[in-house]
Parts: sequence; structure tokens; C-alpha cells
Amino acid sequence: MDTKRRSFITSMAQASAAAIAAGSVVAGFVEENKDKPLTLRPPGALKEEDFLKTCIRCGLCVEACKNRDNKVIIDGNEIITLKLGAPGDKVPIGTPYFIARTGPCFMCDDIPCMYACPTGALTPDMCKNDKGEVAIDYAKMGVAVIDPSSCIAFWGLQCTACYRACPEMDKAITIEWKKNERTGKHAYRIPVVHEEFCTGCGMCEMACVTEKAAIKIFPREVFLGKAGDRYVKGWDKKDEQRVQKASTKTTTVTGRSKKSAVENLNQGVTWDQ
Amino acid sequence: MGSIIKNRYLILRRITQILILFLYFTANYYGWKILAGNLSFSKLFDTIPLADPFAVLQMAFAGAVISTDLIIGVLIILFFYGLIGGRAYCSWVCPVNMITDLAAWVRRKTHHEKDNLISAQKIKKFRYFFLVIMLVVSTLVGAAAFEFISPIGIFTRGIAFTLGFGWVWLLVIFLFDTFVLKNGWCGHICPVGVMYSIIGSKNIVRVYHEKDNCTNCGECLIVCPENQVLSPVIHKKSDYISGIECTNCGRCIEVCNDNALKFTLRYLIKQKKGENHEKTANS
Repeated sequence: MDTKRRSFITSMAQASAAAIAAGSVVAGFVEENKDKPLTLRPPGALKEEDFLKTCIRCGLCVEACKNRDNKVIIDGNEIITLKLGAPGDKVPIGTPYFIARTGPCFMCDDIPCMYACPTGALTPDMCKNDKGEVAIDYAKMGVAVIDPSSCIAFWGLQCTACYRACPEMDKAITIEWKKNERTGKHAYRIPVVHEEFCTGCGMCEMACVTEKAAIKIFPREVFLGKAGDRYVKGWDKKDEQRVQKASTKTTTVTGRSKKSAVENLNQGVTWDQ
Repeated sequence: MGSIIKNRYLILRRITQILILFLYFTANYYGWKILAGNLSFSKLFDTIPLADPFAVLQMAFAGAVISTDLIIGVLIILFFYGLIGGRAYCSWVCPVNMITDLAAWVRRKTHHEKDNLISAQKIKKFRYFFLVIMLVVSTLVGAAAFEFISPIGIFTRGIAFTLGFGWVWLLVIFLFDTFVLKNGWCGHICPVGVMYSIIGSKNIVRVYHEKDNCTNCGECLIVCPENQVLSPVIHKKSDYISGIECTNCGRCIEVCNDNALKFTLRYLIKQKKGENHEKTANS
């Protein structure tokens, strides 16, 4: 009886230890695989952290995208937007994503991918404006970012390809005119992205004429900064509302602030007597 | 013709497995709305949701908000497999079964059924612990952990969408099953199978063994992928194969030349017997 119990406990310990070891390997893989901050998600996606919890990887959004009404065919090839991450795709396995350069979001009015989602990982709540109206124009898939060193408009060449490709023309991308001091008689026509209107669809990135796109889409979390409560546009009523609830007690305590300011400044200074 | 009737369940199983993959494929490529999605979540006829209970359980552990579609989908699956036998999923639906069956076939043909690198006896409780650990890991990493490595997901997505390097997963399972451990993935690791074991533990459709017909030839024990469910019954008593790990694949029925095994409905027949006993007691 005792040996039986002993062997039972041994086998349980072995099985649970093996399961913990295997679980650790899986956990390591998952942590590595889900940390892909550059993945571009379909419209209406939750924040990446919540998206990875909620997406069941069924691919119904990808199917809805593939079988949408406004198919785009360029040179006889159908442009495929949404893909489902396969091993080796550099995105979390099984989750939907798109590559803006080769297959941007064409911003269907009926947003078929978002409404196909059964789990709420893609939700109209994340695709609406301040008034609560849902439209593809309020999608926040990413934000376009321009590299001035390779954008030929910054060289003084005539382009505006991104400006003309943009579905939110004159809102998300505007053209700024500047005098070209080098020639003295020409104008720069510089594209400027306005993040509040940019949906991150990637039409500009696909349209960009340079060898490697000079305008690229990045997830908003990755690219956009945050000014925080310490800075405010004093000339903007709306911006003042933003900081209304900000705390004024923002004293930072560091090792330095333990001493008085003068003492701190004079630290390590020797005086000639 | 005789061999078709003889292998009827095997042929039917391959038909359902391949048909399901085919429907997933056509849903994506041609927009057929018969069965869309994959084995973690599908939509039948564009209306009826079907959800993998283990995936949803992991999502709940990860802290996700579970939508009504998922809850309905899980309830439908629980009802269906709870009735006809949980691990029928493993042998009739799951495409990975085709790979592991191929590995088992290679083992039988080369007469290496019992050459294992790992002791099958010692590892037999592993999968239950692995299921629990996967739920714990899901909580820790904040995502449904097993869905990242699930070869079922990778296989179905590979057919319906893109495979990528997913074939590596499938090759690993084939090699593991063929050379390392007999029936290793499905029978010793896969937590989805465990989940369906639990779901179908009280199901109705079961294999029944008739001791009087049994000649103890052992064919069923050789072919069964989970033969620990057969061994307590075969040639010992007339009873249901009641082990929860039985996949209802029906292979034992096919290989039996003595008509000692058949599919039956468990509770209905038990009730009849109960009635008989009562009658005899009354009279």
C-alpha cells in the first residue's frame, strides 16, 4: 500500500513538473510572439493588449475583407488587404493584420471586417467620433509618418502622390507651400500629416513613388507621443479642458531634491580661501 | 466493396475531416457561407456560431470580455459533443488526427508499435496537468496561450488562409508520434482533447463490448489509439467502453471480426435493463 501511494505521488509530481516545464516554454514563446508592436490591425481593433486577449483567431474578418464588394484589381492582381498571421509572418500567430505598402485598407463604407468579428476584438466602439457616429473615416488603424530625408517633395521635386492617394484628402494630408531658397524661384510642396484625421489606411504608403516608401504607417501607440498635463495650448479652449482635472501636486522627488538647491549646486565645489 | 463496408467509419471520418477543411477553404477563397472561420470559431450558414470551449476558457482566464456570440457558440458545442461523445471531435473533426493516424499507421506497418523514447505509462497524466498549466499561463501572459502554439489552429488556418512555416509544427507532430511516443500528441499532450474528454464524459454514444462474442484476438487493442480505455473491458465483461479518453473513432468495431463491438446509446439501454430488473423484482 505504501509503495503504491509512493509511486502515485511520484508520478503526480513528475507529471506536474513536466507540465510546468512545458508551460514555461509555451509562456516564453507566447511572450515573444505577442510582442510585435509594429503590427497593423483592421479598423475598430481594441488596444493591442486587449486585442490579443479577445481575438479568437477565427479569420472571419479576413474572409469578410477577401469577399468584400469593392475588390481592387491592379494589373490583373487582386490586392489582398487583411491576412491572418501564419508562423513566420512576424506578427502574433493567427491574428489579422495588413501590410500597407502592398495591401492597404481600402476603407469600405460598410466596414465588413469589423462587423464580421464575433468576439468584439474589432468593435464599432473603437471606430467612432466624439458624437458617437460610426464610420470608416473615424478608424484609427495607425498614423502616417514621413521621412523627410527620402521624401522627394522635401528635395524640391514635384510629387504629391500621397496627398492625392489619401482618402481623407486635405484633412489627413495637406500640402504646405514653401519657397525653395536654393533656386530662388521654385516652391517646395511639402506633404504634412494631421494625425487627428489620419485613419492609417496606408493608401499613401502604397502610392509613394520612392523605391522604399518615404511615408509609412505606424501603429499609433508606437509613433504618437503624449504631451501630458504639464503643457497646455493656452490659446485653445479645448486643450484647456483637457488639463482641467490635472493634479497640481506634481512634485518629483529624486535623490537630488533631498538637499536644498544651493547645496545641491555647490556639491563637490572647492573654494579658494 | 467489402473493404469499404469494413472500413466504413474510417472512410466517413476522413470525409468529415476533409469536408470541414474544404468548407473553410471555400468560405475564404470563394465566399461560400456554409462553414466559415476555423476550428477555434466558425459560423455555420452565416448565422449559427460555433466556438471552441477550450479557446474561450483560456480567453476568460486571460481576462477578456466574452461576447454573446462566443457564449452561444460554446453552449452549442457543449450540447452537441456532450451528447454524441466529446472526443468524437478528435477523430471526426480535428485534422491533426490525420497526421497522428498516419504516424500510427507507419508504426504498425514497420512493427514498431511499442518503441517509445518516453514511457507511455509514466506520462499518462501529463495532459491533464498541461491543460491546467495552459490556463495558468493564459492568466500570466494575458492571452489565450495554447492558441499561439495549437497545431489544430495552424493546420486549419493553413488550409483556409496561409500556412507560412506552420508545416514545421505538423512535421514535428508526425516525427514525435512516429519516433518518440506512440499516439504522443493526441493521446498525451493535446489539452483540447482533454477538454473534449471532460465535455463528453457523460455522453450517450458509446462503444459496447459483448464478451460472449469476443475471442480475445487483440486486434482492437492494437489499433486503438487510447487502448487503456479498452483493456479493462475487452474479454473481461460485457459493458460500455466508458473511459473518457475514448475518441469514438470506431476503429475497434471495424477491425473486430467477431462482432463483439458496436456503437450503442448508453443510457437508453441501461434504462431498459433497469426496467427488467424492476419487473423481476415485482413479479
